Amino acid sequence: MKVHVQFTLNGEPAEFLAEPRQTLLECLRDNLNLTGTKEGCGDGNCGSCSVLLDGQLVTSCLVLGVETQGQRVDTVEGIAKGSTLHPIQKAFIDHAALQCGICTPGFLMATKALLDHEPNPTEPQIRLWLANNLCRCTGYDKIVRAVQAAAAEMRA
Amino acid sequence: MPSVYIPALLRSATGGQELVKVPGATVREVVASLEREFPALVGRLVKDGRLLPNLAIGIDGEVSFLGLAEDVGPEQEVQFLTAIKGGRSEALS
Amino acid sequence: MSTTTYHLIGTRPPRHDGADKVTGRALYGADLKLAGTLHGAILRSPHAHARIVSIDTKAASQHPACRAVVTAEDFPETPDRIVDLGEGDTPLSYIRGNMLARRKTLYQGHAVAAVAATSPQAAAEIAALIQVVYEPLPCVLTAPAAMAKGAPLLHGDLRCTEFGQPTTEASNVADHFRQVMGDSEKGFAEADVIVEREFTTSTVHQGYIEPHTATALWNNDGRLLIWCSTQGSFVVRDTVACMLDLPVSRVRVTPMEIGGGFGGKVPVYVEPVAALLSKKSGQPVKITMTRREVLEGSGPTPGSFIRVKIGAKQDGTLVAAQAYLAYEAGAYPGAMVAPAATCVFAAYDIANQTIDGYDVVVNKPSTAPYRAPGATNAAFATETVLDEIAEKLKLDPLALRLKNASKEGTRRADGAKFRRIGCVEVLETMKAHPHYTAPLGEPSHAEAKRGRGVAVGFWMNAGLPSSCTLNVHADGSVGLIEGSTDIGGSRTSIAMMAAEVLGLQADDMRPSVVDTDTIGYTGVTGGSRTTFATGWAAYEAAQDVVKQMKERAAKLWKVDEVHFADGVFSAGEHRLSFKELAARVGEVGAPVVGRASINAKGPGGSFAGAIVDVEVDVETGKTSILRFTCVQDAGKAIHPSYVEGQMQGGSVQGIGWALNEEYFMSPEGRMMNASFLDYRMPTALDVPMIDTAIVEVPNPVHPYGVRGVGEANIVSPPAAIANAIHAATGCRMRHLPMNPPSVLAAIQQC
Ligand code: FES
Ligand code: FES
Repeated sequence: MKVHVQFTLNGEPAEFLAEPRQTLLECLRDNLNLTGTKEGCGDGNCGSCSVLLDGQLVTSCLVLGVETQGQRVDTVEGIAKGSTLHPIQKAFIDHAALQCGICTPGFLMATKALLDHEPNPTEPQIRLWLANNLCRCTGYDKIVRAVQAAAAEMRA
Repeated sequence: MPSVYIPALLRSATGGQELVKVPGATVREVVASLEREFPALVGRLVKDGRLLPNLAIGIDGEVSFLGLAEDVGPEQEVQFLTAIKGGRSEALS
Repeated sequence: MSTTTYHLIGTRPPRHDGADKVTGRALYGADLKLAGTLHGAILRSPHAHARIVSIDTKAASQHPACRAVVTAEDFPETPDRIVDLGEGDTPLSYIRGNMLARRKTLYQGHAVAAVAATSPQAAAEIAALIQVVYEPLPCVLTAPAAMAKGAPLLHGDLRCTEFGQPTTEASNVADHFRQVMGDSEKGFAEADVIVEREFTTSTVHQGYIEPHTATALWNNDGRLLIWCSTQGSFVVRDTVACMLDLPVSRVRVTPMEIGGGFGGKVPVYVEPVAALLSKKSGQPVKITMTRREVLEGSGPTPGSFIRVKIGAKQDGTLVAAQAYLAYEAGAYPGAMVAPAATCVFAAYDIANQTIDGYDVVVNKPSTAPYRAPGATNAAFATETVLDEIAEKLKLDPLALRLKNASKEGTRRADGAKFRRIGCVEVLETMKAHPHYTAPLGEPSHAEAKRGRGVAVGFWMNAGLPSSCTLNVHADGSVGLIEGSTDIGGSRTSIAMMAAEVLGLQADDMRPSVVDTDTIGYTGVTGGSRTTFATGWAAYEAAQDVVKQMKERAAKLWKVDEVHFADGVFSAGEHRLSFKELAARVGEVGAPVVGRASINAKGPGGSFAGAIVDVEVDVETGKTSILRFTCVQDAGKAIHPSYVEGQMQGGSVQGIGWALNEEYFMSPEGRMMNASFLDYRMPTALDVPMIDTAIVEVPNPVHPYGVRGVGEANIVSPPAAIANAIHAATGCRMRHLPMNPPSVLAAIQQC
């Protein structure tokens, strides 16, 4: 028995059919073909699958697809405005904040959640907000710097 | 003439010599010259035309990809390094 | 130090795949969806060591969603033989055995059978329907236990090779080698101070965030097509062809974008299994590991038992050194103990050395390389023993190292003699770095103590073959085709090296990493070789472009000789920029396509050092990293941001190895912490900014002086942190990880 789910995806009305046991991550990747959201662990411990659910940062592997009925979901595919990159995306490229890039969509969403909440975060605040996202390549230094640069750019 | 650094454990075969000079333009030729000069080395470096599996060839200190087929210049030094993998299944020996 | 000036090398242009990777458009292995793709699932052994009595696949095959079931019996019937797939001679039966177990399972998580079904959920359910009867056997989990008399044997047919000579003794020791230089007994007799210590290090995982994944299609024309996440598409092609007894011409491997590897995506795990399932089902089959499967079923890096003894004169001259290195290979031989022996004393000029290496099989997953494989464990031992010697001799730890530092002409115990290296320069940079003399600051509370430690590490790097093609387009842009998986921006660094020759900007280059049909053989992205070797191939291909462009210009201008400098072709009055000439190539000749393939020699090796400040809570045993500086010789930093990124990433992996990461094994050989919750890797909150200092001692053989920088940076952090903990608490650490319980235990004992 599949469930018909209607929700707002990256600002547009959208719908999909979900098996009740499917996670939001599976629904995004398999049913809606939005593969920008990544799976690193499937049990809530790496943050690669981070998306915003009604503006809240969640790990989509721990949310059921059917739970998003009538809600707003924002993913990495929706950050850029048309062909213009968001300042966070640009800062990640300019500050070499990605190496392999598999963690990047999750970090971008976590950064967006942070800067929506606190436009001028301190370094400890940044590290705390990003602590649910694992990056094995960068050692976090350049990610933290990119977040600082993006915050400055967005405040300007 | 290229020189060859003899690993300590094989030095009994060269009368204790650590560094020997033998002719050859490839590692294979160098090994052939070595074996002619020091017959006790026969079978200790190369067997059936292949380098023993526990060895790797170094030229001037860097591991050679081509091994026995590698070119050797007259000023260069050949070394017999420890190969990355050992291990031997009896069924194959 | 480097003096040449370049227009592009040494600058920091944005990476070519940047936009794709920040918008979610870049396609990684798991993102590929071929029409009709089936999903594979692998049934794994619950026992660390067991005889397989029987496998009954009937119930699984009869499930309506099942499309294929495979076991080891489905490998072609070819006799066992020795194959060399780039990591030395290995019996084919071992390579196949690790893919799908035959007769015995050798670790918990060992693959036994696999199924393909219409959905991932169905595949998992069907795999669970396969009935396997096991006869559990006693297991061995550490090198010393596996080497003990009477230990259960993993492979009845494994015979130890002793000093290169086969023995007849059945053993868990696959290989025992010895490297000797000088006379260490005599050396120790001359020493004023001798320190000898034993160390143990736990099994750790590379921890890449993207699980292994592959899609295979056994096509109707008999060709096998594979899309996967790998550090080396040609290694996958050759391994799969060998395992399935196919000519390499029948296999095409397309490397997808890769989510980290660090050595762990050099070996092949799911590709041949997906291929067998596709052959049986006639449809494409995708297998993606779960995180638990990654931890239990793919290669971690060896745990080890190490004894190091070093003797010094009163003035600090190191006179003798001895090492006993017993490394756990996991289920099949190949523990990377030879590189450990190469690196254990590589930073120092010590006349008398004896190094014994043991490659030991144990009932844990077959190990895979991890960033400077073998060297980190060894440096933990050497660099903490040296710290003790410095303490006893009342010498500055960097002064002691500098006094004995290896340089051009220093011979290592393995027989190799160093060419130009940057060991001294790295140590001098560490000594001069403001961090080394900065005040430590007051501890944050009464039970906290602070200390600073240093250590240095070496990795020899690899060369190997690489190929590159450059297609010059009419607008002066250049398509660059290469075969090196890009894990950290290498396609941009490689493009910069070609663009430097052509007088172009990075933005003029269009680099692509392509499949095994489309580019010449290229070795793995590993051994810190990609920027060094594939970049060199790109340089040579650019020289080929220049030669052809000169010929076109000569024809255009009807002159005999054309010059090229700073991106401009000229002859007498004639001048055309690269782009202007590119637009006119068609008037006088065929399109310009530059090619090069090289067998890169002389990677040169890289040294890296760490300075670290820690605060230890002596009540809880928790160690916090307050400040960290990584110093590394890059030869020449092509794209400094990516060099720094390697240094920072390697440092933080080293911090995780030092403080937290380990496989917790139950006595029965079960991994008790197979998730990212319990296998605790550093988060942003666990580490400070990682300062970097790039040293540039050019590699004399490379056109730009490049040395690979991917690995040496992980080698020193655990030792530096151990030395810092000692500085803070007065206690010596001899086990990794130095987690709160082991720090507390050390404090109680010292
Ligand atoms: S995949 Fe969701 S947190 Fe790792
Ligand atoms: S860039 Fe590779 S995991 Fe973050």
